[in-house]
This record gives sequence, C-alpha cells and structure tokens, in this order.
Amino acid sequence: MNNIFAFYYSSIGKKVLMSLTGLFLIIFLTEHLVGNLLLFANDQGKMYEAYGDFLVSNPVIRFIEIFLFLGVLGHAILGVILWFKNRMTRPVKYKSFRLKDNATLASRTTIITGSVIGIFLYIHLKTFFIPSRFSAEKVSTYELVVKAFSNPWYDAFYLVALFLLGYHLRHGFQSAFQTLGLRNKTYTSFLDLLACIVWCLIPLGFAAIPIYFFFFHQAASTVIMGVH
Amino acid sequence: MNFTLKIWRQKNQNDTGKFETYEVRSISPDASFLEMLDVLNNQLVMEDREPVAFDHDCREGICGSCGMMINGRAHGKGRKQATCDVRMRSFTDGQTITVEPWRANPFPVIKDLIVDRTAFDRIMQAGGFISVRTGGVPDANSTPVRKENAEEAMDAAACIGCGACVAACPNSSAMLFVAAKVSQFALLPQGQPERKERVQKMVAQMDKEGFGNCSNNYACEAECPKGISVTHIARLNREFLLAKLT
Repeated sequence: MNNIFAFYYSSIGKKVLMSLTGLFLIIFLTEHLVGNLLLFANDQGKMYEAYGDFLVSNPVIRFIEIFLFLGVLGHAILGVILWFKNRMTRPVKYKSFRLKDNATLASRTTIITGSVIGIFLYIHLKTFFIPSRFSAEKVSTYELVVKAFSNPWYDAFYLVALFLLGYHLRHGFQSAFQTLGLRNKTYTSFLDLLACIVWCLIPLGFAAIPIYFFFFHQAASTVIMGVH
Repeated sequence: MNFTLKIWRQKNQNDTGKFETYEVRSISPDASFLEMLDVLNNQLVMEDREPVAFDHDCREGICGSCGMMINGRAHGKGRKQATCDVRMRSFTDGQTITVEPWRANPFPVIKDLIVDRTAFDRIMQAGGFISVRTGGVPDANSTPVRKENAEEAMDAAACIGCGACVAACPNSSAMLFVAAKVSQFALLPQGQPERKERVQKMVAQMDKEGFGNCSNNYACEAECPKGISVTHIARLNREFLLAKLT
C-alpha cells in the first residue's frame, strides 16, 4: 500500500496516471465514435436506438461506466493539479521566454484545450446523456440528436471543441506512450502514424455527425424550416 | 559591433534583483558571448562599478559551468551550443540582448547570472554512481558491452549538467538530466546491481528538490547543448515503472 502512495506522490507516478486515464478515454472515444456511426444508417435511428438500449441495459457497460466517470474526473483533476504545481516551480518569471521556438503549440496548450473539452463534455452530457438516462419517460436519443444538431450555434461549438480535441490528442497520445516508457527509436515512427490516425480521424469522425444532421438530414431540414 | 544589454542584476539570494541596461561598443563579431561580457566587465571595473557575475570555466562547451537565458532561449538561439559557444556574429549590430539567469525554484540565484545548481549534485549523490570493489585493474574486454548500448550510454553520458533543460522547460523539470544519468548506467553492465534502487532514489531526490513534472513538450532536447535525446526520458520512465512494479 505504501508503495502505491509513494508511486502516486512521485512526479512520474502522477504522469503515468495521466497517461493511463488518457489512453482509456481514447479507447472510449473510439468505441463511442464507432457506435455513433449508426446514426448514418438512414433508418430513422432504429439501429442507433437499439444500440443505446443495449448500452443502458448491459450490466457490464454500466460497470465500466463508473470507471469512465472516474477516468474523466481523474484525468481532469490531476491535469489541473499538475498544471498549478508546475507553475509554482518558477516563481520569478522570465522577462523573455521563447518556449514557442522549442515546443509545439499542441504541447503548450493542453490545459486550455482540455478545459474547453471539459466545458464541451458538460454541455454534451446535459444535452444527451442526462435526458436519455434520467428522464421519467422514455426519450428517443435519435430525436435528441436531430433536435440538438439543428441549432447552428450548437454545431459550431461542437466543431470548435472537436478541433481542440484533435489538438489535445495530438500531444496527448504520443505523450502517453512517452510517459509509459514505450517510445524508443524502434516504435517512434509506428506510434507517430498511430497518433495521426487518433488525432485526425477521431475528431473528424465525430465532426461528421453535426455536419450531416445540419446540412443533409431530412428531419433536420424540416425542423429548420419550422415544419416540424 | 555594438549592443545594448539588459542584464539581470541581483546582489545575493535575498535581494529581489532588477534589470540594468548597459551599452557595449566595438565588439568583434568573432568574440564569444562570454568574451563580450568580459569586455563589459572591464568597462564596469574602469568606471568603478560592480562587474556582472557569471559562471564559466572551460569556455569550450564541455564543462557545463556557463549558462544563461539569452533573449528568452537557454544558451541563446542556436542549437547544440553552450553559452560559451555563442558568437556575437549570430546577433545583429545594434541589437538589444536580454540576459537572465536560469529561473527555477531549485536553482536559486546566488548573484546576478549565477545560480546554485547543487540540486543536481544531490540528485547524483542519491544514486548517480556505481559501487565497485577497489583492487587491481580488470582486464580489457573482460566485461562485454553491446556496441549499440555503449554508443547510447556514451550519448547519455555527454550530459554536462549545465541545467539548460530545467531552464528551458515550462515546468522547470529536470527529467532530461536525470534521464541522461539513469540511462548511462542502465545501459552498461556496471550499472546493473544498483539499477532499480538508483532510479527510484534519483527520482525521489529530483521530486524533493522541487523540480516540476515533465509534460513531454521536448523543449529540453531542443536546448540541450549536447543534444541529449528525450528517448532517454522514455527510458527513465520505463526504468522507474519496472523498478516500482517488479
């Protein structure tokens, strides 16, 4: 037990927790995206609703959900703690500090991109998760999706948040492997390729959903025209 | 060449310190940055003013004594160079140059541009060594070492402990320094007996000194005068995890 605490209190221990929670969240994002692709099935959401019902009724998924919440909270809280802790290591600031010459924009802005993703997550859960899970009567998630994405402001915020998610993953994914000690000359090029897939394809896949529902979905157009 | 210098002046650790502006004239483009500071100091002594204190020793990029932030960059804007390697021709004539000491909690300013880097010494004392029996000199090649390992260990051992990694890091992390030292021993047979103990002790001391957490933005590698690679940091993380888990 003492060893576990000592590990957590060490600087590397905290970073390992950041990377493990981060990778777990990336796995979740991949699953979430694959599931959400059912929205494109063009069957008025039948398969998507069935998939949603399966998730809600499956005890294994409900169990994993607890870890998902802990993972999100842990990653966010630890990220903020580390950020504050790191800021305190240099009480007298440099008059001139050209960090941008040496480090990528993505690596310098994880706290900002992470914070926006946090706000996004709150709004996202409020729109979809809470009504579909905690309402007294049955709510159609598909209808929630159609309604939410008919609002251009909501879509714009989504796209900005997803762009920032891509940026967050751009640094986070390779960083996680570095912290876990898995980056070396043999794997670096493979990991960089995998990182491209993660930080490009996941946000692009998610971005396709609001774009599709705003521009191309029939039900959405009727809502915009006020027929619905 | 002529320059305007904005240099951090601080009498001692307790002084709050401030920037002072100086003009230097007729500096040779081939002069090193430290030689330019020597000219300034001669000028200050002639005027009966306190010269600027800065660390230096070999002046050929191998001792790790000199080190300062020059226009916001550790050891200046060039790559793989210590402050003594910086030539004045890399600046433009009439340029204003801001010179500051390394800034990090574990590196308190002693005077002007000199910082106390004994935190690095204490990290080394915690585990940056091998325990060997004294006695006769062992036969050459009696301990085989893979060529790749020998080369990588040598790359890590090139670290001169100047502290630029800490100075250039937004979190004042000493991971590149500790990683270089841990790697150097972990790759060689002589480092094996104390391998697990070493990495844990050195990381514990690094944390105790108050260095920040690595956020993998690799500014350290970019500013390291010896070009120590961040793959050593991955090795340090690996060594630490393995030592803790096994």
